Amino acid sequence: MKGSLLQRLDHGIRHLVPPGLTLLLILLDAVPLHLPEFALVVPLLPLIGVYYWSIYRPDLMSPVVAFGLGIVNDVIAGTPLGVSALVYLLAQGMTASQRRFFHGKPFRIAWWGFALVGSGAFLLQWALVSLLIGHRLELHAVLFEFLMTMFSYPLLSWIFARAQLALLRSA
Amino acid sequence: MKQHSGALGRLATLKQLAQRFAFLSLAMAAFGLMLLGKADTVLVERMRVAVADAVVPILDVLSRPAGAIADVVGAVRELATLRAENVRLREENANLLHWQTLARQLDNENRALKAQLNFLPDPDPSFITARVVGDTGGAFVHSMLLNAGAHDGIRKGQAVIAGEFLVGRIAEVGGRSARVLLITDINSHIPVLLENSRAKAILTGDNTDRPRLSYLSTSSNAQPGDRVVSSGHGGAFPPGLPLGVISSVQDGVVRVEPFVHRYQLEYVTVVDYGLAGILPSDPVSEGRDR
Repeated sequence: MKGSLLQRLDHGIRHLVPPGLTLLLILLDAVPLHLPEFALVVPLLPLIGVYYWSIYRPDLMSPVVAFGLGIVNDVIAGTPLGVSALVYLLAQGMTASQRRFFHGKPFRIAWWGFALVGSGAFLLQWALVSLLIGHRLELHAVLFEFLMTMFSYPLLSWIFARAQLALLRSA
Repeated sequence: MKQHSGALGRLATLKQLAQRFAFLSLAMAAFGLMLLGKADTVLVERMRVAVADAVVPILDVLSRPAGAIADVVGAVRELATLRAENVRLREENANLLHWQTLARQLDNENRALKAQLNFLPDPDPSFITARVVGDTGGAFVHSMLLNAGAHDGIRKGQAVIAGEFLVGRIAEVGGRSARVLLITDINSHIPVLLENSRAKAILTGDNTDRPRLSYLSTSSNAQPGDRVVSSGHGGAFPPGLPLGVISSVQDGVVRVEPFVHRYQLEYVTVVDYGLAGILPSDPVSEGRDR
């Protein structure tokens, strides 16, 4: 009986890996780097987490989890409350509904898929923030952020794949 | 057998429907939050502050190694420009020595004049120094989180200063966290003066590195290099705090280069000048004190 409790605990903790890693990315995004190169363009790392886990473990990156992560991101980043929540939720929904397409496909297909989801997410975020603050924000900074996020995808998806193999294979 | 699979199929359809319903209600909730943020700012601010208070201790720990890395990178960069920097500093030092002499003379003169006038000095402002623990950067907002809040005496609307320069004001206060709205943020509007011509204007952020001067009269003859200081109008900041210099005047758009850049901010000073300001009092932080 004791063993099964421990097992369940172990199981539960392993299942926290996808939202936990994505939450870590939200926090990492907020760490001040004090480097001039990174002051204006910061990649939207949590979006990579939402996208990756929506494909490979949509049971652990459910709409509720994506929504909650978005709220946390809104509070930390200072964006109007609800914007990231909606963006992550829609990214989750869009990706999870198409996930069978990505299974067993080479990496570049998943990357290409992320470009699609990412461009939609950035455009939506830009439109929502512009609407809510009543001022059209400049698009070129958003474009740079999108490109930075795109280039961060290979490394992060490699780390996620390692974590998935090590911690979630049995679960 | 057939009946069994039919029941399973119905169950699957029901489950799918429930999932769709949950998804839709979450999307509606997100829209609701956005509208709520527009309508009832107090409630939304309370929520934001509660989450920020919970997260700031973690960010505080994470930001320390990041600070160390930035120090190393900065040291390497300094090594590369050591010689040029030395020459520049020598020139600046000569220049400053001249100003020091002038300042001593003026200080003496000022003291003598004040003594003749029975001048009442302004009370010294109290201040708190806090660490910047959260800065998401990026195009959408120009604000940062500090690791000090209402418990440390920070109040909404107080001026945030780095060195001698105004960098922003406190926009949200929690128990142990506070959010600084930088002068470059789109919601920042600060009454300013051009130091030389005394022309009044409003320094308006637009989420770029260089905020704009609005409502500047065309006869003010603004030139690149003119210093911009706070005017003290509106009562949010004391007059005379330097913010930046005019960097460009193009087609009537005057842009200001702030003295302090966002990435340079590691520690900031939150100053209480005892000015009530134009901001309404903050129910969140006041509620915590009681």
